Amino acid sequence: MRNWKYIVSLSFLICLIFTLPNFAKAENEQKEKFNAGEVILEHILDSYEWHIFTWKGHEVSIYLPCIVFNEGKCYTFSSRNFRENEFYKTVNKTNSEELVFTIPHEGDYKGKIVIVNADGTQKRPFDISITKNVLALFISCALIIILFYLVTKAYQKRGEKAPKGLQSLFEMLIVYVRDDIARKAINEKSVDKYLPYLITVFFFIFINNLLGLIPIFPFGANITGNIATTATLALFTFFITNLFGNKEYYKDIFNTPGVPWFLKFPLPLMPIIETVGCFTKPFVLAVRLFANITAGHIVVLGFISSIFIVAQISVAGGVGMSVFSLILAIFVDCIELLVAYIQAYVFTLLSALYFGMASKEEK
Amino acid sequence: MELISPDFGYIFWMTLAFAIVFFFIAKFAFPVIGKALKNREQKITEALEQAERTHEEMKNLQAKNEELLKKAKEEREEMLNEAKISSDQIIEEAKEKAKQEANRIMESAKESIGNEYKAAMTDIKNQIANISIKVAEKILEKELSKDEAQMEYIDKIIKETEEKMGDEKVR
Repeated sequence: MRNWKYIVSLSFLICLIFTLPNFAKAENEQKEKFNAGEVILEHILDSYEWHIFTWKGHEVSIYLPCIVFNEGKCYTFSSRNFRENEFYKTVNKTNSEELVFTIPHEGDYKGKIVIVNADGTQKRPFDISITKNVLALFISCALIIILFYLVTKAYQKRGEKAPKGLQSLFEMLIVYVRDDIARKAINEKSVDKYLPYLITVFFFIFINNLLGLIPIFPFGANITGNIATTATLALFTFFITNLFGNKEYYKDIFNTPGVPWFLKFPLPLMPIIETVGCFTKPFVLAVRLFANITAGHIVVLGFISSIFIVAQISVAGGVGMSVFSLILAIFVDCIELLVAYIQAYVFTLLSALYFGMASKEEK
Repeated sequence: MELISPDFGYIFWMTLAFAIVFFFIAKFAFPVIGKALKNREQKITEALEQAERTHEEMKNLQAKNEELLKKAKEEREEMLNEAKISSDQIIEEAKEKAKQEANRIMESAKESIGNEYKAAMTDIKNQIANISIKVAEKILEKELSKDEAQMEYIDKIIKETEEKMGDEKVR
C-alpha cells in the first residue's frame, strides 16, 4: 500500500514509453480494496520507517531508530521490531519490569509508539525517535548547509567578480530577500540584525518545499507540510519578534496611541487585543504554510489515486484515467513549484514585517 | 487529527536542526556573502561614478577642442583676409607707382622733345641768319654788274640756300 507513490513515479516515466499496462499490474497486486483517503494521509503523515519501494512482494524500507524516554529512562530500538511483531518487549534493568511498546492502528495514538500497560491502557512516552520526517529534515538541513558552504566558498574564491553557477542562483535569492523583503519592511538600522534569520527561513522553507515535491528517496517527505515544522518556524519568528522588540513596540501593545482612553481603562480592551495579536500572528504563519503545502500534496495524490479508484472498476478505465490524471497531476505539480516559492516568500515577508513592527523607530 | 497535532519529538529535532542551520548561515555563510555583496555593490557604484566623471571630462574636453578648432578657423580666415587686403594694396601701390613712373617718363620725354625742338629752332634760326648773311654777302659781291645778272644771281643763291636748307632739314 505504501509503495504506490513510488510505483506511480516510476510508471510515470514507463507509461510514456511502454504504454500503460504497468498501472494495471500494480493495481492487480493491490489485493485489498483501495482506500484513497488512507493512502494520501499515509503519505502526508510521519512514520517510523521509510518505505522506499516494493520489489517482488518484498518491501524495501529503511527502519529508523526509535528513541523513547519513559520515567527518566531511555530506550532505543529499531522500528523493524514493529514490522516483525506487533509488540516490542523490553526489560527495565533497574526494577526488571517488562515494558511493552506497540504502534496502535487506531485510537488517539494511531501510528505513534505507545507503552501498553498491564491493564491494557496505552501511555504515550516522551518520543524523540528519528522518524521519516526527522531523517528527511536532517538530509535537507545537510543539503542546505552544503549548498551554503559551496556558495560561501565561491564568494571567497571569486571575491568581487561576477557570480557564477550556483552562486548566481543563490545571489539572486539572497539579494531578493535582502532588498525586496528585509529592507522594505525593516528600518535601515536594524535590518542587518534580522537578515541572517530571514535568509535562513527563506531557504529552509523554499528548499524543503522543493524537496517535498520530489517523490524519490531520500526526498519526498512532507517536511514543510508538517504542522510541527511550521509551528517551530513560527515560534522562532515569535520569539525573535518579541525578544528583540523595542520600547516603541511594547508601547504600541500595552498603551496603543491614538485610541480613546475608555478602550484601555478600566477594561484594557486594546491591550488584550494587541496581546492576542502577538500570538495569532505566528499561529497564522504556521497554519498558512502547513495548509498550503499539505493541500498541494493532497491534490497531487488525489489525482494519482483517482487512477487506482477507476482501475478497480475497469482496467481500461484505469488506463484512460491515468493519462488524464497524470496531465492534471503534472499541472498541479507545476503550480506546486510556484507555491513552493510563494510560501517561502510569504513566510519570510510576514516575518520581516513583524520584525519591522518590533524595531520601529520612534517618531 | 494527527495531521494537525504537532509531535513533540519532531519539534525537538526540528528546533535543533533549524538552530544548527541558522547558526551556520548566520555565523559562517552570511558574513562572507553579505560582505562580498556589499563590496561588489560599492565597487559598481564607484565604477559608475568614475564613468560619469570621465564622461563629463570627455564632454568638456570635446567642447574645448571644438572651441579651439573654431578659433583656429577664425584666425585662418582673418589671416587670409588680411593677406588678400595687403596683396591688393601692394598691387594697387605698384600700379600707382607704375603709372606715376610712366607719367614721369612721358613728362620728361615731352620736355626733352620740347628742348630739342627749341634747340633745333634756334639752330635753324642761326643758320637762316648765317645763310642770309652769306647771301647778303654774295649779293653784295655781285652787285653793280648787271641788273639782270644780278637778279639771276640772287635767284641762284636763293635756290642754293634753299637746297642747303633742304639738305639740312633732311638730315
